[in-house]
Amino acid sequence: MNAYKEISWNGLWKQNSVLAQMLGLCPLLAISTNLVNAVSLGLATILVMMLANFAISALRAFIPYEIRIPVFILIIAALVTMVDLMFNAFLHDLYLVLGIFIPLIVTNCIVLARVEAFAAKNGLRASTLDGLMMGVGFIWVIALLGAVREIIGQGTLFSGIEMVFPTLSGIQLLPADYPGFLIAMLPPGAFFILGLLIAGRNWLESRANQRMRDKLFHDPGASVSSSPA
Amino acid sequence: MTNSPYLLKPASVQSVMLRVLLALLPGIAAYVWFFGPAILVQIALTSVTALAAEALILYLRKKPLKIFLTDGSALVTAWLIALTFPSIAPWWLTVLGTLLAIIVVKHLYGGLGQNPFNPAMVAFALMIVAYPQLMSQWPAAGFTDFAAQWQAIFGARQLDAITMATPLDALRTVLRDPEQRRMIAGLLGSNATFGNIGGRGWEWVALGYLTGGLWLLQQRIITWHMPVAFLAMLLAISATFGLYDPTRFAGPGLHLFTGGAMLAAFFIVTDPVSGATTPKGKLIFAAGVAVLTWIIRSFGAYPDGIAFAVLLMNIAAPLIDRYTQPPVFGRKQKDGGA
Repeated sequence: MNAYKEISWNGLWKQNSVLAQMLGLCPLLAISTNLVNAVSLGLATILVMMLANFAISALRAFIPYEIRIPVFILIIAALVTMVDLMFNAFLHDLYLVLGIFIPLIVTNCIVLARVEAFAAKNGLRASTLDGLMMGVGFIWVIALLGAVREIIGQGTLFSGIEMVFPTLSGIQLLPADYPGFLIAMLPPGAFFILGLLIAGRNWLESRANQRMRDKLFHDPGASVSSSPA
Repeated sequence: MTNSPYLLKPASVQSVMLRVLLALLPGIAAYVWFFGPAILVQIALTSVTALAAEALILYLRKKPLKIFLTDGSALVTAWLIALTFPSIAPWWLTVLGTLLAIIVVKHLYGGLGQNPFNPAMVAFALMIVAYPQLMSQWPAAGFTDFAAQWQAIFGARQLDAITMATPLDALRTVLRDPEQRRMIAGLLGSNATFGNIGGRGWEWVALGYLTGGLWLLQQRIITWHMPVAFLAMLLAISATFGLYDPTRFAGPGLHLFTGGAMLAAFFIVTDPVSGATTPKGKLIFAAGVAVLTWIIRSFGAYPDGIAFAVLLMNIAAPLIDRYTQPPVFGRKQKDGGA
């Protein structure tokens, strides 16, 4: 059970695909202009990552080592095509907004990285969980980035939700005469805010490390092995 | 007579910054004379904001407050922001620009001496991209009614009567319109926006900056390389194209005496932190800023290209420094390695 816990913790925080590994930044920066877009792309990515990890873990014994990368890409591309067609059929308006970034999940390095580093070497259940948790790690960061950019950029939240749930509409969070800070919606704003998020994570991590060091220093009897280094 | 060793005491950051502020005064005086006291309000706003932001971030970074707060570098950034932003911009615009300059551009990159980009120019670039309309509302020359200006800064409504396109904006409009193109030579003296050599009123502000800048040269706060290279390059390129096709390109007078050219030449490109540092590098850096400024002014969408030109050359500054290292003293040329 402990192994599953560690897989989850790695995906959500310790090896977070964005904040720690900084993989897949292209769709992250391009699509996080508002919360709805961000979460939609995040869900598509989770789906692809889970299915890809599952499929490749299941097939890993049959894939020749020398040509594994093309085979991985082929499997991922098939899954992405599926997700792409699903978006086109059921959420057509959103599909038009997300555009090229759904097909581009094929080339998203998080997917390939997890398949190569984890699914090709581990069992079915662990691989599927890893895909799910890495995806959840991606979606919470892209959702946070999207929400911050949307609030600062145009003072709203959930704008464009009617593309997913036709009965709902976005919320005007800040006063209606808020002038909007366009930079937050433009690419530079995405880089600035992502930089601040990464800085925040590093700060939390270094504080946690400092605490652990203090604890070990004050209480050398505490066993080192029990604390994940 | 003093005894040897005849070492010059290096100027402290504080005395350098204080003299830079002093040198800005003639330009500010002309600004107040032609465009009213709004600029003084903006300077007060940006100064207070900059010092408060500096104090806050110094406290967060656990740095000594007194040394860094009194070194004057935050004030120079604040004054440059006030002078490059429209003087009747709403208060939150300049405050936001100053906060970004001090907190993000200066301190998040390591504080005084570490920032790769000129803080005041980043503030200008960010704000003109985010709020192009508010950043293009400049006071009309001669309209110095303080009450109206105060309302423009702190009131909710914008007053059309006191705003006017900048000379560079007006020039752009003329250049876009084929009917008006042949009038470009006749603009000076005939149009309310233009004076004798540059923008009306702005030419005097520019002269004020020139005076202050020359004094900085005499005080050896700045070296001659950057202002000379910048102004000479801007003069050369605008004169060449102005002569080549006077109906499509503005002449050197307009380029040198409108917008922020003079301010840039002596106070902005000469920023010792974000620019190149070797003598040859300074020449290349400032000339590059001039060329980019001219290109952005002539072909770009934004009225004044100086901020973007400076930021682009800031990126190139480390590379320029690397390839212009002077040889070690006593050697003809450097041997191997950079």
